[in-house]
Amino acid sequence: MKKRLIASALSVLMTVSLLTGCGGNANNQDSGESTEGKAAESKDESTKADNQEQKSDGNAEATKLSLWLTEQLHVEFYDEMEKLWNEQNPDKQIELEYTVLPYEDMHSKLLIALQAGTGAPDMADIELGKFSNFLKGDPQLVALNDVIEPYKGDMVQSRLDIYSKDGNYYGLDFHVGASMMYYNTELLEQADVDYTTIKTWDDYHEAGKKVLEKTGMPMTAVDTGDVFSFFPLLSQQGSGLLKEDGTNNIDSPEMVKALTFVQEMLNDGTAVISPGGSHHSEEYWGFMNGSQAVSVSMPMWYMNRFTDHMPDLSGKMVIAPNPVWTEGGDRSVGLGGTGTAVTVQSTHPELAAEFLAYAKLSVEGNIRLYTILGFDPLRPDVWEMDEVRNADTKFEKYFENPPFESLMEVKDEIPAIIVGENFPDVMNAMTTTILYRAFENMEDPAIICKEEAAMLK
Amino acid sequence: MQQIRIKKMFFSRKTVPYVFIFPFVLSFGLFFLYPVVSIVQMSFQSVLPGKVEFIGLENYRQLLNPTFFKAIKNSLLYMIIILAILIPVPMVLACIINSKKMVGKTLFKSALFIPALTSVVVAGTIFRLSFAETAGALANHIIGLFGMAPIKWLRNASTGFPVLIFLSFWRWIGINLLYFLSGLQSIPEEIYESADLDGAGAVKKFWYISRPMLQPITTYVLTITIYGGLSMFTESYMLWSGNKSPNDMGLTIVGYLYRTGWEQNNMGFGAAIGVFLLAVTLILNAVQLKISGRRENA
Repeated sequence: MKKRLIASALSVLMTVSLLTGCGGNANNQDSGESTEGKAAESKDESTKADNQEQKSDGNAEATKLSLWLTEQLHVEFYDEMEKLWNEQNPDKQIELEYTVLPYEDMHSKLLIALQAGTGAPDMADIELGKFSNFLKGDPQLVALNDVIEPYKGDMVQSRLDIYSKDGNYYGLDFHVGASMMYYNTELLEQADVDYTTIKTWDDYHEAGKKVLEKTGMPMTAVDTGDVFSFFPLLSQQGSGLLKEDGTNNIDSPEMVKALTFVQEMLNDGTAVISPGGSHHSEEYWGFMNGSQAVSVSMPMWYMNRFTDHMPDLSGKMVIAPNPVWTEGGDRSVGLGGTGTAVTVQSTHPELAAEFLAYAKLSVEGNIRLYTILGFDPLRPDVWEMDEVRNADTKFEKYFENPPFESLMEVKDEIPAIIVGENFPDVMNAMTTTILYRAFENMEDPAIICKEEAAMLK
Repeated sequence: MQQIRIKKMFFSRKTVPYVFIFPFVLSFGLFFLYPVVSIVQMSFQSVLPGKVEFIGLENYRQLLNPTFFKAIKNSLLYMIIILAILIPVPMVLACIINSKKMVGKTLFKSALFIPALTSVVVAGTIFRLSFAETAGALANHIIGLFGMAPIKWLRNASTGFPVLIFLSFWRWIGINLLYFLSGLQSIPEEIYESADLDGAGAVKKFWYISRPMLQPITTYVLTITIYGGLSMFTESYMLWSGNKSPNDMGLTIVGYLYRTGWEQNNMGFGAAIGVFLLAVTLILNAVQLKISGRRENA
């Protein structure tokens, strides 16, 4: 009798332990594994708790919409817009559920979920550098043409085009992403340089030599793992990463010229390589915060990195237009971008699309895109509004000049970049090998461009 | 009457073995056989949402590109170095720990084994932070004590790869040590005693007794290390915080598979890489087993 009892208890134990393999997520370290919705929810970070407080009281009918993001900063914006939407649409209340994941992980997970046909959220923030991957084959995103229609005339058209395929718009962006130059005025004063006199890249280089001599600090830090600071050098020559036909534009005289210019600056010490390899690394923030470089060329959306991660520079930074190759050219360019999309797996696609359009394209949304996130919003009419020009946000307190001052100076000099199916691959090549070979290994740009272009489509 | 007959058949001696192996066969078929067949099939297709089409050998043709060759080179180099370090060193350490004159055996056993218990993800992240390029990072701090300037460990191929090897060595030495220790337990004491009587020193004893008698264990460790080395992914992924090591210095075959198959949504291509890895590992292990088999019989 005893033996039988033990035997049956053991077999039950064995069967149960077999089943713990199903649905257990603790062992799922490899982010490449195919996910069901469970895995996504298990990675849900602190924001779920915040969201509970925002729930419209006593309204049990709020539709839950799930949203995957890569930037914790964006959650604040969505919270605000969710509140406004619920106030204005009492019959169509929503409740957003956020999942914030690291950049690569979120996009890979989303791709897998869309490929597998299950597990994807209602909406997701898909970054421009990855967006084309989601348009391959039959895009598993909902076309947003209908909800965009009422706002179309008020927007910067190019910010819609970069997320489109065959006439369908799939993503709504946060900003224009105008590239600007951020100067540390304290260091410039020590070197007796006036940033308003820097008009061309040669002026910039000369000023750099002066600053290096007087303060020992380089004019800028260049990335090997990111293209945002490098891009203006290309776009100002009328060039980009892709040609008009979508093939890569690596092997071009403009690319060689841009790479050579940076190499010259690296050679005489007016430029150094960003610690950590990119302006998004913690090493760089510490470096810049310690006033160890004078300037950096990044888009407007980089402002919140300054306010949030480089507090010691408060009151010492000014935003100015980029220098150019020859005076009279377009000084800025629209860089980066995150196209928020609605997936076909959403159970409430129309509601999600309507909310997204309201959040990103309405006047209230655009004002808050600036006041909360510090982005240059998609509607140029908002740029001129009082709420934006005379806003008193942390950005006004931080920067010496009102952020929109220089932006208004270049507002007609912001072309769009060419994107296509090939964009992620070319971006990957730039941020993994090309910039590294040019700036760390100091190889001959002509050779690098030839070799790398041959490996890409 | 019928029920008793069915019961008898089900519980009879003949069917019971099949009942017992049924769960294994089921999971084998579902989680191993089916994916392998499916991968081979996918490697001849272009797999996109809504558009799965047969493209023949196109994926394999596209495999012949410099990045993939770099990944193969990295994986092979990694595997060879790991084999060279992670078999002799644990073997010698096991013999030292096992010797009668050793003090603090348990201490050393645990100290060497604990890294194997850590999560690779955590270990990789800690190593990444320790070998960061800032002057205050652990590694740079240590070499600073010797008066050397900070090194950009993970952004130079000549230092990044050694760090990767070091991470793997730190992590796996305990496991191999345990294998060899358990192998040593099966060697009878009398052989060592008679060697002592013949006047053999420690080195001779190791070379002529321990090493040959550990042959089966060594073969096993060799097999799993060949596979482990070729398919290494997580260590590299965590050390460079993603698949983007500068200039692809840490890119491995599986890393390339992850990049193209998952990150770039080219599943057919990823499948082709998987088939390639399977074929290479099978061939290598078959050759290795044949060679060691010959030695055993000799």
